[in-house]
Amino acid sequence: MNSFHFKKGYNLKIKGSANKVLLPSSSSTYAICPDDFFALTPKLVVKEGDKVKVGQTIFYNKQDERIKFASPVSGSITSILRGEKRKVLKIVITDDGKNTAIDNELPNVSKASVEDIKKSILDSGCWGFIKQRPYGIIASPDDTPKAIYISTYSNSPLNVDFDFILKKNQQEFQKGIDVLSKLTKGKVYLGVEKNFKSSYFRDLDNVEIYEVKGLYPSENLSFHIEKISPINKDSEKVWTINPEDVVNIGHLFTTGKYIAQRTVAVAGPNVKNPSYCTAKIGADVKGIIESISFDCDTSTLRFISGNVYTGNKVCREEGHVNFYHNTLTVIPEGNDYRLLGWLPFVGNKIPSASRLSLAKLLTKKTINTNLNGEERALVVTGEMEKVFPMNIYVMQLIKACLSNDIDKMEELGIYEVVPEDFGIIDFVNTSKIEAQEIIKQGIELMIKEVG
Amino acid sequence: MKNFLRKKLDVIRKPFEKGQKWERFAPAINAFDTLLFVPNHTTKKGAHIRDSVDLKRTMITVVLALLPALIYGIYNAGHQYFIQQSIEFTFIDAFLHGLWKVLPMIVVSYGVGLAIEFAFAIYRGHEVNEGYLVTGLLIPMIMPIDIPLWMVAVSVAFAVVIGKEAFGGTGMNIFNPALIARAFAFFAYPTYMSGNEVWVSEAANIDSVSGETILAVLASGGEVSYSIMDMFLGAIPGSIAETSTLFIILGAIILILTGVGSWRIMLSGVLGASLIGFLFNLWGANELMQFNWVNHLIVGGFAFGIVFMATDPVSGAQTNVGKWVYGFLIGVFCILIRVFNPAYPEGVMLAILLMNVFAPTIDHYVVNSNINKRKKRWATA
Repeated sequence: MNSFHFKKGYNLKIKGSANKVLLPSSSSTYAICPDDFFALTPKLVVKEGDKVKVGQTIFYNKQDERIKFASPVSGSITSILRGEKRKVLKIVITDDGKNTAIDNELPNVSKASVEDIKKSILDSGCWGFIKQRPYGIIASPDDTPKAIYISTYSNSPLNVDFDFILKKNQQEFQKGIDVLSKLTKGKVYLGVEKNFKSSYFRDLDNVEIYEVKGLYPSENLSFHIEKISPINKDSEKVWTINPEDVVNIGHLFTTGKYIAQRTVAVAGPNVKNPSYCTAKIGADVKGIIESISFDCDTSTLRFISGNVYTGNKVCREEGHVNFYHNTLTVIPEGNDYRLLGWLPFVGNKIPSASRLSLAKLLTKKTINTNLNGEERALVVTGEMEKVFPMNIYVMQLIKACLSNDIDKMEELGIYEVVPEDFGIIDFVNTSKIEAQEIIKQGIELMIKEVG
Repeated sequence: MKNFLRKKLDVIRKPFEKGQKWERFAPAINAFDTLLFVPNHTTKKGAHIRDSVDLKRTMITVVLALLPALIYGIYNAGHQYFIQQSIEFTFIDAFLHGLWKVLPMIVVSYGVGLAIEFAFAIYRGHEVNEGYLVTGLLIPMIMPIDIPLWMVAVSVAFAVVIGKEAFGGTGMNIFNPALIARAFAFFAYPTYMSGNEVWVSEAANIDSVSGETILAVLASGGEVSYSIMDMFLGAIPGSIAETSTLFIILGAIILILTGVGSWRIMLSGVLGASLIGFLFNLWGANELMQFNWVNHLIVGGFAFGIVFMATDPVSGAQTNVGKWVYGFLIGVFCILIRVFNPAYPEGVMLAILLMNVFAPTIDHYVVNSNINKRKKRWATA
């Protein structure tokens, strides 16, 4: 068995990880935001007021009409929010509680052709779960990937425990893996935490298990893929999928129904009873936190769908959890001034990967969203490479993206990374540059120019 | 106290806010505001939490690391002045005499440099970068004690405008700006910057001074009258803060422990200088070649240059492998220039400026090896 130990990175422990209890969600609205899908243009097939069933198509990908996105619940379309140039921001569905679902035709997994399996996934609305590398966009159904990667290893702050989340879905998880293994000419890889004993993951079939341990951001698949079989040119594809979405696909091939299951961990230092919540994809924040209590006024808190490095901000009142995320992180905002707070060894409770603060020696941390400075020119060197466990010159790649130099981006390894890998770079860099944003724009340029 | 200050500041900065009459000058007020307070800005995109480190914290650490050498340099200015005249003196006497000479230089350096930095920030509409906090202190520290203030001012202006802003400002400059100031003074006013009179305070007004630097003495084939202990502790003539290897090492320890200065550059620089110095000792064709390689490390500006100048992340090599090569070559060239070029008894300034030019080339080859590895993988895939 392959086993990887990533020594570069930075581990931050935040108080308030979710306890292993499942609470029900009482969300009444669900939303799909096209922005959750990188570089996708939606084409709507519903309008406000329409009645929809679970699994009914709401919109499809304008570039590839076979890729459809389905409603997670039955009910009616309450609103379609649009932004500038009438860009669709959000399609909100109000749950009628009846859970009437579309029955999809079920091929026999062991006998069906690859084309039939792909068609079932596409028609059911499950294709959106499958992402491809390079670029981290939704996979093209025309490709045959050289491998498919799933990882249950999670070491971001307030990380979720996939062993716990998937415990009740072991059969569906196996079924999903069986389905996926049909789609690749290579193997399906499953990352597990090293030395994790009790896990049933090790008894799964049709899958190659590998072990991971190390510092954040080693939970990200880019780093595992580089170790196992690095991505070369853009013509070579590998696919990635989140563990719980393997369950969703497994469920589809067991019952013929799209269930849109999403277990969301609500966690954070101000959460009194951090716990897991059984919800559905796109559930509203209001419903998820209904049985959660906080030790302060929630208006002073930031709600983040995802983790503190790569997640997106959501509104407490009207927000919905991101299509792919398993966490709802809650941290205090940090809009305070700090008198002379820039002096070395001042503010040691603020997490820091640098040696200009004693934060690494102290366990007590104050987490908030303050930028702790202002954006400046790139001056300090070497700090980015220290936390990036991959053979890539991070600063040079960022500079290539900033100067729109496609050749350099290609040569420096843009195919091997996705923006989320750079969340830690956002955090550590002295000049407060937005590395994720820069890489994202770089990849968008690659998609436009190279395709 | 904090709230009172904050409120006062908010009132003062009102006319500088967006849409108000002094909006253009916002970078100036922002520079003062952020010096007092870390702003209340929160993350808007990307990671939601950020490290406590920022450029101010990094730059002020370099200033702290410079202080031991600066304080000794101030004392040594007085020390050299009094011993040349064989006057009895106390530590305080020497320190006060030094302060009287050095403080005006620091004030002029910061005054002129920051004025230009502020003007460029306002003109270009960006925030004032903190880099000059370090440059502004470095410049007086590497000047001879008796340089006229107007020469400091002209050198600073040249360094900031031509050495830095002409390249696009902080982070873009090819040369270390402080060394540009030193090189400018050296080449524009050569008579002031060499000989035996500028290194000792008020030497021009004292009869029969022997204030040449050790390297200048050696270059002219003379005998060195200082002990190794003098050279290491720094009680010798020279640029203000370059003389005391002991206090420079103290600064180096601060830089290495905090991770602000690259230990790779410092170590490889010392290795390069030691190796070439040792080889020259074996050869031994002239006074400077016979000068013990250990002594080469502790006289002149080598220690100061390799610790505080070569480690400038902007003008130096940026990759880890590159830093080894870059530092090593600075060490080698420093001794080479000292030994082979009697016109420039001190080689470290030219060695660092030369390697500043080649740093991007070194990085280019290091990064290219990474690129070639990737391309090889593509070819075999």
